[in-house]
Amino acid sequence: MAEIEIADIKKIAEVVKNKYNYDFTNYAMSSFKRRIQRILDLYKINNVNALLKRISEDSAFFEEFLVEITVNVTEMFRDPSFWRVLRDDIIPSIMLNHDKIRIWHAGCSSGEEVFSMAILLKEMGVLENTQIIATDLDKEILKKAKSGKYSLKNMELNKKNYVRFQGNSSIEEYYTEQKGIAVMNPSLVENVSFREHDLVQGEVFNKFDLVLCRNVMIYFNQTLQNNVLKKFHESLFKFGYLIIGSKESLIWCDIANKFIVVNNEEKVYKKYKD
Amino acid sequence: MNKYNLNNKYKAIVIGGSAGSFQGITKILSNLSPDFKLPLILCLHRLKHVRNGFVEALSLKSVMTVCEPYDKENVKKGKVYLAPANYHMSVELGNYFSLSTEEMVNNSRPSIDITLGTSGYVYKEKLIGILLSGANKDGALGMKNIKNKGGLTIVQDPKECMIDTMPSAALDITEIDYILGVDGIISFLNELNSHYK
Repeated sequence: MAEIEIADIKKIAEVVKNKYNYDFTNYAMSSFKRRIQRILDLYKINNVNALLKRISEDSAFFEEFLVEITVNVTEMFRDPSFWRVLRDDIIPSIMLNHDKIRIWHAGCSSGEEVFSMAILLKEMGVLENTQIIATDLDKEILKKAKSGKYSLKNMELNKKNYVRFQGNSSIEEYYTEQKGIAVMNPSLVENVSFREHDLVQGEVFNKFDLVLCRNVMIYFNQTLQNNVLKKFHESLFKFGYLIIGSKESLIWCDIANKFIVVNNEEKVYKKYKD
Repeated sequence: MNKYNLNNKYKAIVIGGSAGSFQGITKILSNLSPDFKLPLILCLHRLKHVRNGFVEALSLKSVMTVCEPYDKENVKKGKVYLAPANYHMSVELGNYFSLSTEEMVNNSRPSIDITLGTSGYVYKEKLIGILLSGANKDGALGMKNIKNKGGLTIVQDPKECMIDTMPSAALDITEIDYILGVDGIISFLNELNSHYK
């Protein structure tokens, strides 16, 4: 099979933008190229032209395309040391000044981090004082997040992470096994609002004490990272927290100087200037 | 010192390794010329949940600075870059790294195929790919990509490897320019460096 060229990727982004109004123009190149290759393989499509045709003619296919083009590999309590910092330092420091905590999970994918957060807050006894908004651009993946259904195989990894996180219960307390699937306790996300929102083109829609966006911006190029960071800045109350993935950095963003580093190892930042 | 008839056209060196490669890579890093001029990009299989310790272990004896790059960090000369735990590491046009949490490839994250393949795409004939000891086939396709783009390929001599599955898999599917022991790889790299002044 011929290698996918940059010109092909631009064409795909253009067709998707014109027909469906999602903008992948500024996605990081090599991972985006692998996603396209993956779709070609999965659907046994011979070349980029055939894919372009299918995207433009078949909107049901496009829904599936959208699920695959974004990366939805995630874990509960990924980087357990981060979740400990959140529990031991960040949430308590927010609680000092607020009765109610407002949290935005930006790019929540299949919801593992939303459930991790809910479990953490429940164990701290503050889940009821929290308002969580979890967003993703893909409504199919949001349905999955809302349903809280995960494979038992994934739960094994989640369990290992939870143990390393040193939660005060056991993860089995938070789901029931139904027909070989782990179904998370729905009460965990009772107060979570799952919403469609496109980080790239969407407007700022609310203000938060804490924005979590771990391992999402790595799929964007620097231009787009800059734009999205501006939206996060605008979406945070002054002294609110922004948390990104452990190998992401704000250093090269235009408005990095409006944040201070709270924990460099776990990539916790605080909005310092308006 | 002109055994390999090299020149200074190369821009980067990428090294993959898995089971049985740690000693070899440590030896390489401790015996390179202290003024080594090229970036050394490493993708070594490692425990997914252990974030710390690997850079420190490699740094103990390395003559060059070892780091795990951040997403979008520029590739700089004379530095050793190690793929971080539980991320794939790619090189992008424009000479910077990008990281991703995509599905595992060959049961691995980081996957050597991804680091080698994207490096080959970016550096083309200006890349040297080296594949060391390992127990699975990750990296073989990456070596093939490097060769297809005109790069130079080296595998650790399977006879010397603790586990030779990885270099053997590369030898099966693509042309390999040199089969060398770790000592041979060291003198190759130091001869290469002598062309950069």
